[in-house]
Amino acid sequence: MKIVFTAKGTGLDSAMDPRFGRTEFFVIYDEESESIDSYDNRAIENEAHGAGPKTAQKLAEYGVQVLITGNGPGNNAARVLQAAGTKVYVGAGDMTVREALEAYKKGELKEF
Amino acid sequence: MKIAIASGKGGTGKTTLSTNLASYIAESRDCVLADLDVEEPNSGLFIKGELIHVEDKFKMIPEWNRETCELCGNCQKVCNFNAVLKMGKMIMVFPELCHGCYACSELCPTGSLPMKFKKMGELKSYRTGNLHFIESRLIIGEEQAVPLIKQTIDYVNENFDMEMIKIYDSPPGTSCPVIEATKDADLVILVTEPTPFGLHDLKLAVETVKQLGKPFVVVINRHGIGNDGVERYCKEDDIEIIARVPNDRLIAETYARGDLLYPVIPSVKEAVKVISGYIESFKRGEK
Repeated sequence: MKIVFTAKGTGLDSAMDPRFGRTEFFVIYDEESESIDSYDNRAIENEAHGAGPKTAQKLAEYGVQVLITGNGPGNNAARVLQAAGTKVYVGAGDMTVREALEAYKKGELKEF
Repeated sequence: MKIAIASGKGGTGKTTLSTNLASYIAESRDCVLADLDVEEPNSGLFIKGELIHVEDKFKMIPEWNRETCELCGNCQKVCNFNAVLKMGKMIMVFPELCHGCYACSELCPTGSLPMKFKKMGELKSYRTGNLHFIESRLIIGEEQAVPLIKQTIDYVNENFDMEMIKIYDSPPGTSCPVIEATKDADLVILVTEPTPFGLHDLKLAVETVKQLGKPFVVVINRHGIGNDGVERYCKEDDIEIIARVPNDRLIAETYARGDLLYPVIPSVKEAVKVISGYIESFKRGEK
């Protein structure tokens, strides 16, 4: 299963980015292979409108099953994530990616 | 004759000036006041008129027809606002993001995105004496102010004589809603306050109206607070300050009660008289 984190950097020790639509990076963690991948989302700064759905669409291309973020997506982005069948967990905005992963594994994060 | 009251910075006194100026002018002749700050109209707090007309306002948004769609994704490519997205075998439309430009609809090879009406707000028209007060209000959740501002201006143009003085209480800031509210105006009055923040946003507002090629003048509100930055800037850039409304506790108290200021506060009466005089001479081509 692929788990994606909204983050301010590209690794497990990066701080989480509490925002969804305008997150700077995604850190993508593959549970099976325990490998890490990342995606640079900073081009989203140029989008004046609809950052949420656009980012959600990008995420869908990666085929991730779980999204872990801080504040949670807005309505438009949530519709796209729902269409893509992505489960969303929130409340990890003040953690590092590694801490967020641990919290998720322990079932400490709230489902959006 | 259309006068837009704008500001850059919010809370400098656009509504205070608009409502008092329009009511003062209406003492002697017909005058229109249109509240174009459709995201949070508040001129109506100070104008107690008789409601004479209400109408729903609509924008056009595309609606996906899955039966005829071939999922080419062209709609998503041509949308500048991420309002149409292709997700797998589905086209998703986000009505709040849509600017109603028709691009996706017109350029769809199979005509699978016909445009449909969507209610975005309400326009109300009130009358008190010679004052015609028009107020539009977006419904909650609607993000696009521009189409409603445009339709409100169209309503004013269609229903009132060209010659009549029309005061547009504009939205704050310098983005699209302000452009829409001021681009049709003959004269823009920029209300500012004599503070560093007021000056900063006044400069942005001046840049904006200059780009629009509009004649503009400045009114200083709460004169006496802050510093002389605004005065110096206007002098250096040759911008005319046509009136100064003093900072006065009585103004705040009267405003907070929802009352008009000029009937009870001589300094405000003097200011609206001067501004109305300026508008008259501008109208005659003397300015």
